[in-house]
Amino acid sequence: MENGLDPAPPLLEVRGISKSFGAVRALQEVDFTLRAGEIHALLGENGAGKSTLIKVVTGVFPRDAGIVRLGGEEVAPRSAKAALQVGIATVYQEVNLLPNLSVAQNLFLDRQPMRFGIVREGEMRRRAKTLLADFGLDIDVAAALGNYSVAIQHVTAIARAVDLSARVLILDEPTASLDRHEVEILFGIMRQLAKRGIGIVFVSHFLDQVYEISDRITVLRNGRLVGERETASLPRLDLIRMMLGRELAETTSVRASEGEHGAREVCASFENYGKAGYVAPFNLELRRGEVVGLAGLLGSGRTETARLVFGAERADGGQARVEGAPVRLQSPRDGVRHGFGYCPEERKTDGIVAELSVRENIVLALQAKRGLHRPLSRREQDEIAKRYVKMLDIRPPDPERPVGLLSGGNQQKVLLARWLATSPRLLVLDEPTRGIDVGAHAEIIRLIRELCDDGLALLVISSELDEIVTYSDRVVVLRDRAHVEELAGEAVDVGNILAAIAADSVTVALEAHT
Amino acid sequence: MTALLPRRGLAQILALIVILAVDRVVSPQFFDLRLQDGRLFGSLIDVLNRGTPVALLSLGMVLVIATRGIDLSVGAVMAICGAIAASLADSHGLPVVLAAALGAGLICGLWNGFLVAVLGMQPIVATLILMVAGRGIAQLITEGRIVTFSSPDLVWLGNGSVLGLPVPVAIALGMLILTGAVVRGSALGLLIEATGGNARASELAGVGTRAMILSVYVWCGVCAALAGVIAAADIMGADANNAGLWLELDAILAVVIGGTSLFGGRFSLVLAVLGALIIQTMNTGILLSGYPPEFNLLVKAAVVLAVLLLQSPKLSGFAGIMARLRGTKP
Repeated sequence: MENGLDPAPPLLEVRGISKSFGAVRALQEVDFTLRAGEIHALLGENGAGKSTLIKVVTGVFPRDAGIVRLGGEEVAPRSAKAALQVGIATVYQEVNLLPNLSVAQNLFLDRQPMRFGIVREGEMRRRAKTLLADFGLDIDVAAALGNYSVAIQHVTAIARAVDLSARVLILDEPTASLDRHEVEILFGIMRQLAKRGIGIVFVSHFLDQVYEISDRITVLRNGRLVGERETASLPRLDLIRMMLGRELAETTSVRASEGEHGAREVCASFENYGKAGYVAPFNLELRRGEVVGLAGLLGSGRTETARLVFGAERADGGQARVEGAPVRLQSPRDGVRHGFGYCPEERKTDGIVAELSVRENIVLALQAKRGLHRPLSRREQDEIAKRYVKMLDIRPPDPERPVGLLSGGNQQKVLLARWLATSPRLLVLDEPTRGIDVGAHAEIIRLIRELCDDGLALLVISSELDEIVTYSDRVVVLRDRAHVEELAGEAVDVGNILAAIAADSVTVALEAHT
Repeated sequence: MTALLPRRGLAQILALIVILAVDRVVSPQFFDLRLQDGRLFGSLIDVLNRGTPVALLSLGMVLVIATRGIDLSVGAVMAICGAIAASLADSHGLPVVLAAALGAGLICGLWNGFLVAVLGMQPIVATLILMVAGRGIAQLITEGRIVTFSSPDLVWLGNGSVLGLPVPVAIALGMLILTGAVVRGSALGLLIEATGGNARASELAGVGTRAMILSVYVWCGVCAALAGVIAAADIMGADANNAGLWLELDAILAVVIGGTSLFGGRFSLVLAVLGALIIQTMNTGILLSGYPPEFNLLVKAAVVLAVLLLQSPKLSGFAGIMARLRGTKP
């Protein structure tokens, strides 16, 4: 707990920061303290003010009030570049480097070693190599950055920041698109940097990771400071309570009564359905009022299964049936026509049309289904939008707002609304809770269950096993692009899923022969 | 609805008013109108008449650009269709002439749309093909000569009048209304904007994005054909080398002045046509002023810059003024 006797002076001191956008008070007298050599998690729901705080500290937004001290000296950077110069570096979730330039060029952007006005490529590569070696990376630094995984791009961005003599490193959702192994690498680097005395601010939605890596936690809510705690002495439930300001009802299982799923009517089925090099042929029955979870590691074939089921990808074998009748799913249009809906994992690139309004995004699938010649009148559109904005509690409740301006959780709700408006029989949700805050998270899970009780069939992908166990009636486990196990009823629990994912079965060997 | 009478048009309307005022200073008779033989005459009518080809082109171009595409071939398509119309004019009736010319434009549009929507080529490259090849095709049709005709029907199309308006102006107006009715009266407008805003997401939402893209190029081809026929009818001949030359650039300019982003998404038909009128008002004003036409290009560039600056979101001061003028939304 706070003892106030910490001998080390704080590295970064933020005192009484306030910031308003028009009438919206995004930050109100927020304090934040970062010590040298610590990893400090900055947590809060979407809209709590984390991003705003980061942007105010790094000078991207001007502040209305308050001071920032770095190593005891007051600083007031006016841009991210100026912040970098005083030693505060930020690496965002979407790495802001240049993917078409080489790794080395990115590392030394703006400060290439020159001789006679010519960039010394060889020298630059050598230095890049040495720099990355410190981070345990041995890659071809002459290759374009975009060729590498997001993890390596992140490490490159961090290496660049550290090499620019950053004393404060702010990582905004660095792990959102990394797999488990890559997260380990990143955490190793973070620990190493902390040992060197760099203060790291870690923003993340993954509470497991926060507990794994951070020394201290600061929680914001609605633009105000809720508190600062030491991670080791803060129980998870207390943390969630700090973030939400209310008790979570998630401990109660929402699973429907078990054992009756055999009696439910099948709404879509897939026999020997698959595509070479994509997903091995599988059998899958989806029933009304039932949630089927797809579990497996990243790249195990979960998203691929979802895309085949919806029609976003064409199968090269097997038979799909809707209500017993054979159908061909050649395109998303076919899926939509048969009453399927699909919320993809990549909301920004595959889901929302950012520039269009909430209303237009909501009616899009329904309008596409109705066809060109049967346009929804503006009044019908308004009614539909209003209904779902209310039903799903989309905020802000303004149907005319461009959807790109909404938070991740609300964008997800807009996508759900888009499909609900088509009165689907089957909804495929790919990571519906990824990258959204705890409150919206619980809400989406509740919604999934409600939709299911209304008789919808749901196929849900999630990396979070606790979550998938909470709402699934059955869980299909995937490994190496094949369905390897189906768990139902009592058997649906985290232990069994993990066992199935990890099982060293003969199926892999068999596949190698075919 | 939103695009037929947009609230965003203030910058364009202001620009047009300023240019009209300058024209009035340059040429005191600028606003004079007189009725003669049942037809209106005057500089304003002249602006509308001369602006017709680019206005027609911009009607198709704005839809193409809304899908995040571009069509560089419209000038060449004008030449092809003008050549076809001129070659057939003295031997066939107007319906046949029109059907042949518009049919050719439709085929050109299908070709562009096929390259972009089906083969997935980049629009700028795909339409560059026809931009280059189209002039050759037009020259083949005219056999390298300037084909003239005397068919009174076709001449009427370029020089006649209906309800006091020059026929070309009436046609452009009709096309604006028709396009607006088709695009905003059906779901086409929304689906085009969605396709341009995010094609992947629209595809996954069940929008037939390929059909959308194909159809806008077809429409662009038809509009270009009509512009080509009018241009030929106007000079009573087809010049394969010069008909519609560089007009694709004016059409793109008109669309951009009209506030439609080259990155696709939101579009406005009315503002695109307004953009075409702004360009023509400038052209006419410079001609009337007696300055050498070379000035035209520089002045045009300056006005385009001014309009784009007015639209720039960075100039928040102006946005503030607009908000106050509108009195409501920030």
